[in-house]
Amino acid sequence: MKIVRLVVTLVGLVLLCSAVLVGQENSDCFMCHADKGLTKKVGRTTVSLFVAEKTFESSIHGTLSCTMCHMDLDGKELPHEPKLQKVECGTCHGDQQAKYDQCLHGKAQKRGDALAPKCQDCHGSHDILPARNTRSAINPMRVPYLCGKCHQEGAPVQRQRTIHQTNILENYSESMHGEGLLRKGLLVSATCTSCHTAHQILPHTDSRSTIARKNIANTCATCHVQIEEVHRKVVKGELWEKELHVLPACVDCHQPHKARKVFYDQGMADRDCLRCHEKEGIKSRDGRSLFVNTEHLGQSMHAKTACSQCHTGVSPSKVRPCETVTQKVDCGSCHVELVAEYQKSVHGTLFAQNDPNAPTCIECHGTHLTRGKRDPKSTTFPIRVPELCGKCHLEGKKAAVRYTGTERDIVSHYTESIHGKGLLKSGLVVTAMCTDCHGAHSELPSKDPNSSVHRDNVAHTCGKCHHGIEEKFAKSVHSPLVTDTHKELPACSECHSAHTIRRTDITGFQLEIMQQCGRCHEKIAATYFDTYHGKVSQLGYTKTAKCYDCHGSHDILPVSNPQSHLSRENVVGTCQKCHPGATRRFAGYLTHATHHDPEKYPILFWVFWGMTGLLIGTFVVGGIHTLLWLPRSLQWQRQLKKAKQSGSEKSKEKKNE
Amino acid sequence: MSNEEVVNELETQHEEYAEGKQFVRFSRLNRILHVLMIVSFLSLALTGLTLKFSYTAWAATLSRILGGFESAGFIHRAAAVIMIGVFVTHILDIFRLKRKEFGSWKALITGPNTMLPTRNDASEFIASLKWFLGLGERPQYGRWTYWEKFDYFAVFWGIAVIGSTGFMLWFPEFFTLFVPGWFINVATIIHSDEALLATGFIFTVHFFNTHLRPEKFPMDLVVFTGYMPIEEFKHDKPAEYEALLRSGELEKHLVDPYPPIVIRTIRLFAWTALAIGFFMVVWIIYAMIFVYR
Repeated sequence: MKIVRLVVTLVGLVLLCSAVLVGQENSDCFMCHADKGLTKKVGRTTVSLFVAEKTFESSIHGTLSCTMCHMDLDGKELPHEPKLQKVECGTCHGDQQAKYDQCLHGKAQKRGDALAPKCQDCHGSHDILPARNTRSAINPMRVPYLCGKCHQEGAPVQRQRTIHQTNILENYSESMHGEGLLRKGLLVSATCTSCHTAHQILPHTDSRSTIARKNIANTCATCHVQIEEVHRKVVKGELWEKELHVLPACVDCHQPHKARKVFYDQGMADRDCLRCHEKEGIKSRDGRSLFVNTEHLGQSMHAKTACSQCHTGVSPSKVRPCETVTQKVDCGSCHVELVAEYQKSVHGTLFAQNDPNAPTCIECHGTHLTRGKRDPKSTTFPIRVPELCGKCHLEGKKAAVRYTGTERDIVSHYTESIHGKGLLKSGLVVTAMCTDCHGAHSELPSKDPNSSVHRDNVAHTCGKCHHGIEEKFAKSVHSPLVTDTHKELPACSECHSAHTIRRTDITGFQLEIMQQCGRCHEKIAATYFDTYHGKVSQLGYTKTAKCYDCHGSHDILPVSNPQSHLSRENVVGTCQKCHPGATRRFAGYLTHATHHDPEKYPILFWVFWGMTGLLIGTFVVGGIHTLLWLPRSLQWQRQLKKAKQSGSEKSKEKKNE
Repeated sequence: MSNEEVVNELETQHEEYAEGKQFVRFSRLNRILHVLMIVSFLSLALTGLTLKFSYTAWAATLSRILGGFESAGFIHRAAAVIMIGVFVTHILDIFRLKRKEFGSWKALITGPNTMLPTRNDASEFIASLKWFLGLGERPQYGRWTYWEKFDYFAVFWGIAVIGSTGFMLWFPEFFTLFVPGWFINVATIIHSDEALLATGFIFTVHFFNTHLRPEKFPMDLVVFTGYMPIEEFKHDKPAEYEALLRSGELEKHLVDPYPPIVIRTIRLFAWTALAIGFFMVVWIIYAMIFVYR
């Protein structure tokens, strides 16, 4: 019995031990997880629990046991509970985990941001490969695409989170770094993580960030080790770190994500230029002042741009480095798109034709004191723009003199318009001014189909602010989207004018608008003026129904459209706006009736001519009667006078008697 | 004794008495009604024409002077109410006349002074035409001539036509409960054209017939004062004069004239009305002929 007991105990122990030991083997896990059909339900979605054994074994963690990561399964009986704890990568990769926790991604994840990337989003889970492996998602060659999954245009992160850079992936791939990495296969070329780091991604406003202004030089210098030596010439031996406030950071010249193969003039510091140009008396050979006001320079948008960046072509090795400068400043070397727009504009075209009146960049923006349009002191600040454009477009000035169109007194009309009053009297900087409609750099005459004020585009231009109106108008019968016709459809400016736009609730506008309708709807407008509504309007009062009171203004639809204010369904309601007791019969009133159209309105025509016949008949009879009477009456009057005289003589005689 | 001799005889009998007297042609009530008629008619015409000729600059100016189209509309309706009041009062007065003076409708209608057209009116009309053409003497007109009767009934017609259509335009929401909406358009045309006829007729034919014809020129005040000089009466309405002489009732109808101050006041009012009327005639001609739309 003792032996039996011992055997049983031993077998039990062995079984127990083997069970424990077997639980620790990966093969036990794969007994189930090698099954491709193994799934579980999380909420409504089915999640595969399949783990490819081969992939896992070839991964960097292939030699580790499952329970080293899935630690909560350590020693558990199999099959285990379906709910597992999250794998903590930080158990082994403590450093990286700590950095991640502080970085933008880690913080976002802590907040519960569903878009925040976790370890496995970049590294994978059971298929993690080392960075040097070309198939790894974090191989330098593939990093741009990995980051680009979230940071490319259109991705949810780019759309829904505040990311200050645009077209990141696109710009990068065209940049010097991107070209080196992606086209030339240079693995040492900088990729996303080279600048932003892999785990400690921080915004540039964070002083710990590798892309913070004070650290960027170091970051770049990790690859461009010698660059400080190269640039030392520029700054005459000063270090970036020491005089940050006067010195540019790498990204000031080499824009992030856009670091292009631009050769910047080397070896020039503003100080070298200012040595001469600071002096007020400095003049060119032809007598132009070459003085540069450093105070102005400091206030301008270009305070941090080096002189030689605009005044290209300097030779630092010369005593006067600027003597090799031959070209005028080309703003387009930085402001590529704006200058391209300008060149297509009427200003740019005239400039290309060497027209002396053509304005260039500096006419509006100035030179060393160019300020941003948000700076209230700037000439391009909204409330100063009418004055700025007026320098040439004021009546009598050089642009107005050349102009042959119908818009006269543009600036003074604008000033009196609702927009002008809003901008200049009420100081509302969001009010439309010159460049809002004409474009700041792309001004074109209204006849040009590309012009923002061309009749086909004007609705969209106005719609930039008056979007609700544009939407309504787009559905109306006057919209080219609705009506296909060879006739000219009315654009916003037809009714509202261009520079004399007025409030629509004033009498003058409300009365004149009917003349506008009448320009195309001649007959119907004329007949309107035959009715009571029209006659009162014509007397100058706005209380009776005018065109738009019945037809609507921006949402005019044909009467046949059920949505129309005058459709069978809506017409009674439209009448009731003014005539509360209106019925369907009441709505049968002919608002455009005329007694001059026997085919359309036979009853009115015949009633009118019946009445006119009566009138003419009466006057003819009365007139003839009167005319015949007149000579006899004169005769009669003479007879009466005589009779009176003789009568008075008689009575006198009688009295004398 | 011939007819003329009889009249001459009677005349000499009354001469002493008639010296400087005036004949009473219109009752006080009728004069008041006529003044009210003038006031309301001119108001209606002025305010109405501003709408009818809204395309003239005059209309806009006048509308402003009248205090805007709403105020003008109020004046128009108020004047319409006054005119209907005049009309109703006159009808009631006819009932009173029948009861107090004639006793029966027959006496009122068939009497010598009836307002209704008679066979005598027809022969007077023909005789008048002959006179106009130089084919006869001036007819011996009685109390009411045919043109006066025409004017009188024209008012009846006018009030009926313009009044009924006017009410339709005043209360379109009510009337369209019974008639289709285009009736309002028809009413507008009738109202407007009939009003044009009325104003045009009053300011030309009526003005000439009563005020402007040479023997009355520039105006006949009888409708305002109610009195006319006996001499004028004798020549203007010889038939009535003779009838009164024969019946011996002439004295009953003779009174002393009003003092000059009253006449001056009346003249001022009459001139104003006449001037407004002439202005409107000019305006109508201008609007209808030179700028018609």
